[in-house]
Amino acid sequence: MIAVVDSGVANLESVMSMLRRIGAEAEVTADAGKIKSASHVILPGVGAAAPAMAQLRAKNLIDTLLALTQPVFGICLGMQVLFESSTEGSGTDCLGIIPGTMKLLPASPDVPVPHMGWNQITLKKPGHPLLRGVDNNSFVYFVHSYAAPVSDSTLASCDYGTSFAAIASVRNFMGCQFHPERSGAVGSQILKNFLDL
Amino acid sequence: MLAKRIIPCLDVKDGQVVKGVQFRDHQVVGDIIGLAQRYRDEGADELVFYDITASSDGRVVDRNWIARVSAVLDIPFCVAGGICSVEEARVVLAFGADKVSINSPALEKPELIDAMAREFGSQCVVVGIDSHFEDGAYMVYQYTGDVKKTHATSRRTLDWAAEAARRGAGEIVLNCMNQDGMRQGYDIKQLRAVRERISIPLIASGGAGALEHFAAVFKDAHVDGALAASVFHKQVLSVGDVKNFLKQQGITVRI
Repeated sequence: MIAVVDSGVANLESVMSMLRRIGAEAEVTADAGKIKSASHVILPGVGAAAPAMAQLRAKNLIDTLLALTQPVFGICLGMQVLFESSTEGSGTDCLGIIPGTMKLLPASPDVPVPHMGWNQITLKKPGHPLLRGVDNNSFVYFVHSYAAPVSDSTLASCDYGTSFAAIASVRNFMGCQFHPERSGAVGSQILKNFLDL
Repeated sequence: MLAKRIIPCLDVKDGQVVKGVQFRDHQVVGDIIGLAQRYRDEGADELVFYDITASSDGRVVDRNWIARVSAVLDIPFCVAGGICSVEEARVVLAFGADKVSINSPALEKPELIDAMAREFGSQCVVVGIDSHFEDGAYMVYQYTGDVKKTHATSRRTLDWAAEAARRGAGEIVLNCMNQDGMRQGYDIKQLRAVRERISIPLIASGGAGALEHFAAVFKDAHVDGALAASVFHKQVLSVGDVKNFLKQQGITVRI
């Protein structure tokens, strides 16, 4: 069973419908026992880092998530909370699994923020199993204002005014800043790769 | 490179795609799922569904079609029409929509933009603006979904766009009413003026009729996406035609 962590956000349905399309059995849950025993854990999320962390704390899920040894996949804000912190709002401490701080993308008339739309990813570690069958420069769908700097944990980067981590991974934890569930065939390939881990 | 987006817009009434003549006599033009898939297969970057069931008769709207769309689409989609509150937006997002678009309700109650951005994040919140050029100024119109209720407001388009962005809108769709349905091209001048005022994504709407119109709005008005309805519904052009042409013109598109 795949556990989709109920992070209290409104739109989990897009992730669930993608999982159904690729034939995966998943359950939305905030139950620590179910999350621990799941084969794969998906941490979805839209919105802001502080309320997302507050939700995880309120549901007593922080220690559960930190202790997971099965493959864990954060999507968009779900990836952001895997990092150390975010400068969003007055600053938020996150899970600290992946080194680095999420920062606001610099906006300009040529670079509107939020970064919204289809952008290309540059594969930094094309041999990683999460990227199997994914071409360099593939287009995927982004919607975000904060981003993590490129580092050793970066599997793929994206350029938008600045270069940032589009896909990152540390141990069994990985995440993507874009929305695989709305990124056409490329997104579904990445999710299938995750479920094959 | 961030690709320029091509966004077909579909009018939905009672769960089916319709086409009206001067906002009346709506005829069913097709099944919502079939049309959504067709545009997706042609290469649409996202879809906008304008639910016209809601605004006119004020009854509780059946939004189940959104879940059916979400189940089949692997590209993002936005729902517009009849979303007047945070709770209404929550229902639409829970059914699987990626964004909600608000227009007249935001004019009635601008704080709705702040509240929705706080609750769901700016990336979910699109503000639609119906703008009409008259007496040398771009003015905002309200309730354009219903001829009998349509009226000018005292707001200037450029100021309202800037205010919406400041309040937390993640994107502006500017519908240029003078051009709407004319298929004579987008209002480049107006779009460029709005582009210079806001630093959130801007989507052009109203006037698309030929391949050149799409190239011009990206090259000359620097918008992020171009929305079109009739030109796609009447199959004057396909989304694929438009994207291939844009690519030839050196504009980054997702093909």
